[in-house]
Amino acid sequence: MHPSPATPRRAAPIPLPPYTPGRGMLATIKIVLFAVCLIPALRLATAFLGDGLGPNPIEELQKALGFWTLTFLWITLAVTPLRQLTGQHWLVRLRRMLGLFAFFYGCLHFANWLGLDMGFDTELILDDLTERPFAVLGFVTLLLMAPLAATSSNRAIKLLGGKRWQALHRLVYAVAILGMAHYLWGVKKIALTTPLIFAALLVVLLGYRAWDRARRYTPAGRGEAPGEMPRVVPTVTVQPVRFMERPK
Amino acid sequence: PVAKAAPGSPWFSDEALTPKSTITSYGNFYEYGVDKTDPGKYAPGLLKTRPWTVAVEGEVLKPRTFAIDDLLKLAPLEERIYRLRCVEGWSMVVPWVGFPLAELIKKVEPTGNAKFVEFVTLADPVQMPGVRSPLLDWPYVEGLRLDEARHPLTLLGLGLYGEALPAQNGAPVRLVVPWKYGFKSAKSIVKIRFVREQPTSTWTRAAPSEYGFYSNVNPEVAHPRWSQKSERRLGEFRRRPTLPFNGYADQVASLYAGMDLKKNF
Repeated sequence: MHPSPATPRRAAPIPLPPYTPGRGMLATIKIVLFAVCLIPALRLATAFLGDGLGPNPIEELQKALGFWTLTFLWITLAVTPLRQLTGQHWLVRLRRMLGLFAFFYGCLHFANWLGLDMGFDTELILDDLTERPFAVLGFVTLLLMAPLAATSSNRAIKLLGGKRWQALHRLVYAVAILGMAHYLWGVKKIALTTPLIFAALLVVLLGYRAWDRARRYTPAGRGEAPGEMPRVVPTVTVQPVRFMERPK
Repeated sequence: PVAKAAPGSPWFSDEALTPKSTITSYGNFYEYGVDKTDPGKYAPGLLKTRPWTVAVEGEVLKPRTFAIDDLLKLAPLEERIYRLRCVEGWSMVVPWVGFPLAELIKKVEPTGNAKFVEFVTLADPVQMPGVRSPLLDWPYVEGLRLDEARHPLTLLGLGLYGEALPAQNGAPVRLVVPWKYGFKSAKSIVKIRFVREQPTSTWTRAAPSEYGFYSNVNPEVAHPRWSQKSERRLGEFRRRPTLPFNGYADQVASLYAGMDLKKNF
């Protein structure tokens, strides 16, 4: 493409000044976030007790709790891309709480199935697990979330060592994919709109990581310490035309 | 004047009736959206039930188009208290108003070639915004074997709770086949065709492995994605066991004598 001389050059993005909330500020942010994350649970509890979930409240509750489990999981997965793209690295300090909320809603989703839907009836439960493979998938997903929740403390990180802890927590990708499969499998093929939106978002969240990884290991990116933002602006693979200025 | 269902008649049930507010606010009628509360929200304002005609055609000696008000007078209206079991695992008890479909069948005199009855329902994008989306093949089509259609339990539904059928429940005329999953009972019918070959129902076309032609309520045949052994009666807390033929086995099991019901699901 030949840019005409009249075309103004796109202004270079002004990098955001690196922001790090102070101790007090971070604590406040965390308290607010905690309260916000509890809103769905509180609203569902009020609706359930107050007859606001319609004639089939247990099923509505089950769907809503599943929705919030995946939503919090997706938000957790969005932290890394978000902090890398915005430079707001402090966001990572909120990730643990978000992940734990995903587990919290997952547990409620499971408890609702076990207690309210199945009524702790062993025969019904076994029947459901044998004839409803997607229910098994949901159960496996929750089981895989458990070790991540259990090792979410600073002490666990120290105990395991950063590398091993990180390796273990890559399980979150399996959890997200299995959770997505559980969702897609469980719905009618004609009511796929919301599940497909979730799937598309997951593709973006995981695709970003794949892209980021590939970018780091191109010749231009090689040699950077893992975990660091590469300083090189998008790698140019095609030889640029002479008159175009290359970024220095 | 509607003859009330009386204790002792096969159309009576002493089970607690599902409240009218539940029957009219919860259900599947995808012509109005996929959410179970959509029909109750949108159908009353959109569906026009007058004028309305039902064309009866195909393998019959006396094909005829009935105006809805003539259809209402075709046979004495009676109340029938039937259980309704949705394939999704929930159920209701509904006091329907209508008359046996057999009464209509008598009037049009099927020929010897008629083996099945096909029900075609309204698919007007103005009155039914859901049909603009290609979720299913519209119009919604259902079918019965002729002997199923003639069975005394099979009702041409024209009302519930002693009143005309609410729009969201399939006004002005629908099918009620209480021993089959709810989706077999087509709503807002505009055409009834007597045919030689087994019709392909809309749901069978959409997902042949999940929804068969018969779709009799059967706790022994699981849906590919869930068990059919139990159900939740709307308004109840605990699940209850699902009965073969939705509890109408005494009346209808003989229709399927010798058939493999796992194969013919």
